[in-house]
Amino acid sequence: MLQVKKRLCGAVRKYLTTGVLLVPALLICFPVFLILTGSVMDGLEMKQYLIPVFGEGEGYIRWKLMPDYPTFEHYGRLLFMTPSFFVLFWNSVKLVLCILVGQLLVGVPAAWAFAAYSVRGSRALFAMYVVLMLLPFQVTMLSSYLVLDRLSLMNTHAAIILPAVFSTLPIFLSYGGFRAIPPQLFEAARIDGAGELRIFLTMGLPLGKSGLLSAMVLGFLEYWNLMEQPLAFLEDKALWPLSLYLPEISWLQAGFALCASFITLVPAAFVFVLGQDYLEQGIVYSGLKE
Amino acid sequence: MVEMSKTQRMEEGLHNLKIQNKRERRNGKKYRRRQRTFLLFLLPSFAGVTLFVLLPFLDVVKRSFQTAVTGEFTGVKNYGVIFQNQAFLLAVKNTARFTVVCIPLLVLAGLLVALTLSNLKNASLIKSVYLFPLAMPTATIVLVWKMVFYRQGFLNLLLTKIGELTGLWGSVTTDYLGTGASFWVLVASYLWKNTGYTVVLWLAGILAIPGEFIEAARVDGAGRLKCVRHIILPNLKGSFYTIVILSFLNSFKIYREAYLVAGSYPQEDIYLLQHLFNNWFVNLEFDKMAASAVCVGAVLFVAIMALQRIWDRVE
Repeated sequence: MLQVKKRLCGAVRKYLTTGVLLVPALLICFPVFLILTGSVMDGLEMKQYLIPVFGEGEGYIRWKLMPDYPTFEHYGRLLFMTPSFFVLFWNSVKLVLCILVGQLLVGVPAAWAFAAYSVRGSRALFAMYVVLMLLPFQVTMLSSYLVLDRLSLMNTHAAIILPAVFSTLPIFLSYGGFRAIPPQLFEAARIDGAGELRIFLTMGLPLGKSGLLSAMVLGFLEYWNLMEQPLAFLEDKALWPLSLYLPEISWLQAGFALCASFITLVPAAFVFVLGQDYLEQGIVYSGLKE
Repeated sequence: MVEMSKTQRMEEGLHNLKIQNKRERRNGKKYRRRQRTFLLFLLPSFAGVTLFVLLPFLDVVKRSFQTAVTGEFTGVKNYGVIFQNQAFLLAVKNTARFTVVCIPLLVLAGLLVALTLSNLKNASLIKSVYLFPLAMPTATIVLVWKMVFYRQGFLNLLLTKIGELTGLWGSVTTDYLGTGASFWVLVASYLWKNTGYTVVLWLAGILAIPGEFIEAARVDGAGRLKCVRHIILPNLKGSFYTIVILSFLNSFKIYREAYLVAGSYPQEDIYLLQHLFNNWFVNLEFDKMAASAVCVGAVLFVAIMALQRIWDRVE
């Protein structure tokens, strides 16, 4: 009897904790739900619901779980009749890919240098990199502008790509991954006569890949949302990334905006789902200080 | 007596040997080779950082002592100007307030969720849901925020419905974005976006604690709360440092939401340093910008170094 009671108690408690944790989770999902239903809602219907918020209407905003007049009109318009959307979409893709490839080529070897070779001054240098990583964009905005202007890169995509390639955050994240490999492995390889480059390519990269992959996943999510940099350094709107397209749409086209939101969300969600394990691991690695 | 001196001598010898070893390690051929490899691997990154960050920042330091247009040296005048500038003082106040309110809230919220999650066997789905806001494009969020927080938006609708049901209050028509409440909207969206990240960090720290510790305490009769207080929390000091640093890093990004919701000149409670820098940049007021960039940079540098020092001592 007592055992049954105890088991019952345990089950109740388990469901209770799950329930308590699910409430914020639902809150977190709420925007996704709005975007999904809104993007297939007819324009006129949406206008009725939203007029209290954005217009002069009475009462409160309203919403329907399932639109009365579901339509794919917005998707059609966005995908087949809005060439500017595609220009910005490909701008975003280009910027993100160039930045990530650059970070791989520049940042990962640097992280390896910090993780595998301790020499005099390397700790101080690493501390400096950490400080640089924490400086917000606005503090370095003027210095970036000065150098980009001198290299006459303003108003080109290079103005966004180059400073981002030399960002020190991916170094910090990949460093954690490399540090987690036992150093005796490299010592053994050295005794067997392997060169340093070979150790990096055939041991460091495969064994420490989760750290750098997490840097790439976090980097994708970060640069897919680029805002400050293009606003400051790109005057020509045809060069803007997708993240600056959405705010340009007025609320009168809310359905259209939600549909564009959804399409912006898809690549990010895709990368998130694919890379979630790495993302978590990377967040964890960034916690291993030494 | 003789015994003592013998051991002492042995210790001394050992010590000398250690120093010698260290010297060899530092100046030997092996060390030099290691140094060379280190430099080669680091070179591309260091060259880029020097060109794009360090050198231009020196230029900014120089400019902070000059006038914006003619480049005449004016000493510390720019610094005097910014510390009497109303906008600068307001922005510093708001940014500091935001940081001081948000970071403890986020760290605590994350810890509570992580402690609860660590009891569940299969928490990966909930964890994914909590992490998902990290992937949501900012512009998308802002559209939703407007629908939720405008005067006649979802939040007021919900509050009014609750009021009707319980009969405690009538219809609620607070304007969240045009009044001081806008600050709390920013706090909420910061928490919304970053809780998942913090939870994952805490959870990693909790799961790294050997299970035997907790079991042993349990056997000795410690309750759950006691376990948390005396075993889990003391073992999370390392995680704590990282979480604070990363929360700090992410707290600057709230500017995106603030800017997209309210533009360059928002309600005065959410006018952040980031807005100010942006407006100075647009108006080409490089002298003030340089001076305040140097100030903010210096404050951040000192804060981070102090945190690191404290952390090292705790370890």
